[in-house]
Amino acid sequence: MNRLRRFFRTPEAIAGALILALLAAMALAAPLLFPGDPQAIAGPALQPPFQDWSVPLGTDRLGRNVLAELFHGARTSLAVGLAAAAAALLIGAVVGTLAGFAGGLIDEALMRVTDAFQTVPSFLLALAFVSIVGPSLGVVVAAIALSAWTGPARVARAEVLSIRERDYVAGARVIGMHPLEIAFREVLPNALPPVLALSSVIVAAAILTEAALSFLGLGDPNRVTWGGMIAEGRTVLRTAPFLSVVPGVALVLTVLGIYLTGEGVVESTAVSRSLS
Amino acid sequence: MSLLAVSNLTKRYHRGGKPFAAVDEVSFEVGPGETLALAGPSGSGKSTIARLVLRLIEPDAGRIGFEGADFLALSGAALRARRARLQMVFQDPLAAFNPRATVARVLDDPLRIHNIASRAERPRRIAALLERVGLDAGLAARAIHEISGGQRQRVAIARAIATRPSLIVLDEAVSALDVSVRGQILELLLDLQRRERIAYLFISHDLGVIRAVAHRVVILDAGRIAESGDARAVIANPQSPVGKALVEAAPRLTRNRP
Ligand SMILES: Nc1ncnc2c1ncn2[C@@H]1O[C@H](COP(=O)(O)OP(=O)(O)OP(=O)(O)O)[C@@H](O)[C@H]1O
Ligand SMILES: [Mg+2]
Repeated sequence: MNRLRRFFRTPEAIAGALILALLAAMALAAPLLFPGDPQAIAGPALQPPFQDWSVPLGTDRLGRNVLAELFHGARTSLAVGLAAAAAALLIGAVVGTLAGFAGGLIDEALMRVTDAFQTVPSFLLALAFVSIVGPSLGVVVAAIALSAWTGPARVARAEVLSIRERDYVAGARVIGMHPLEIAFREVLPNALPPVLALSSVIVAAAILTEAALSFLGLGDPNRVTWGGMIAEGRTVLRTAPFLSVVPGVALVLTVLGIYLTGEGVVESTAVSRSLS
Repeated sequence: MSLLAVSNLTKRYHRGGKPFAAVDEVSFEVGPGETLALAGPSGSGKSTIARLVLRLIEPDAGRIGFEGADFLALSGAALRARRARLQMVFQDPLAAFNPRATVARVLDDPLRIHNIASRAERPRRIAALLERVGLDAGLAARAIHEISGGQRQRVAIARAIATRPSLIVLDEAVSALDVSVRGQILELLLDLQRRERIAYLFISHDLGVIRAVAHRVVILDAGRIAESGDARAVIANPQSPVGKALVEAAPRLTRNRP
């Protein structure tokens, strides 16, 4: 409770939380407010916004309801961003824990693999992966996770390296606990806080990567995505700029909201740590 | 027959690029139900010996026999199984437990790992262990950081005896405790030894404590054994320079002398 109050002390954190709440509400309400296929034709093509209140943000080149697309796009962005970030954090935490705890050759091997993934620009990696395997939601999530797990792995490893020297790890060995159980039950949970501190940056990056992939036509074709909407609007950028501007602004606000919230969380935990 | 037989144990580290022996050709034995104390100045290798005996680190040379078998020959599952018989209590009872653990979980682990009790039976065993070390069974639900230092060291002892070991290594196990609590914990250790014939390898720099609990003492200096023998005799009349210095430095002992 105390921590929650501390979190809501800075205006940035409040703004971030509000944006995220709005976004989550959009994502959850999308199928209720706009049931049916958001990619279905809703009226005449290229209607400007604020003219016909059955399509408040107008229609796109094919006559689809922009507001419906925006809501359903929020769903895709959030789902992909959260799933990819969760997968990246999970892979990173597991690899980092194994490397740091096992040491020796296993550490050496895992860290060389991590290096290899890190030297390839992460977007290129995701791009290559999707173009080889083919665009679908699961593949996009996997591709983004694959390009984002190295940071968490390094942080987890560094943390595990310091934790594994503690007495309680020796104590777990003395009672005969299996090394894997020590690594994942005794060490990993205590190494998580700094890894989780990366999550806001990773979620934001994942949402941007998803948008970029969709923009390039490598998103799941059966889903509305903000990146896809921006790409769609690009062809009529001069006559109907709102088609690209609306999803673009949504994207910027989302990333901003995630960063601000993340900062707020870090700030509030930092304060609580220095107080205790 | 001795319970623990350590011979020519050697562990080398590097200091400033040059190798030096933290433990140098050390040999000693501990009999069943006996307390052997390891004393010596800071850096003399006491903790290193404890970690070697527990196979937390591996020696560069020497042998460790435990319960009649070559302890250094064990590995993997066989080593983990044998660990039930050889337990440890650490100096800092807060650092010795997972900061997220509860008392119940700390005591549940050894019972589960060594198949000592079924899942249904374990809560009763945990309560019995807590009572055995003089704690209220209601403490089980508490987080490890919510109990006092003395209670925590009692939990550490309860965990050490959970698997019915024949030997417990105590590395400065009472040094961090208040004097009054220290007396109670030593009393508990002596009581456990009387009833269950547990042997102790008791590491301490406090000769007063050593004289109160140990049968024999080994005094270390820079990784080597300076002298050893009956605890009271050695403390009353130390032969080695280190032994003399340790006795000099223990105020209560000088006062007690006639
Ligand atoms: N991992 C290590 N690497 C290098 N040197 C070490 C290591 N562990 C111990 N040493 C050195 O070995 C020597 C013996 O250390 P040890 O911890 O066994 O001493 P101790 O007798 O337990 O001292 P204290 O009474 O201060 O606990 C010391 O000089 C120490 O610096
Ligand atoms: Mg020590």
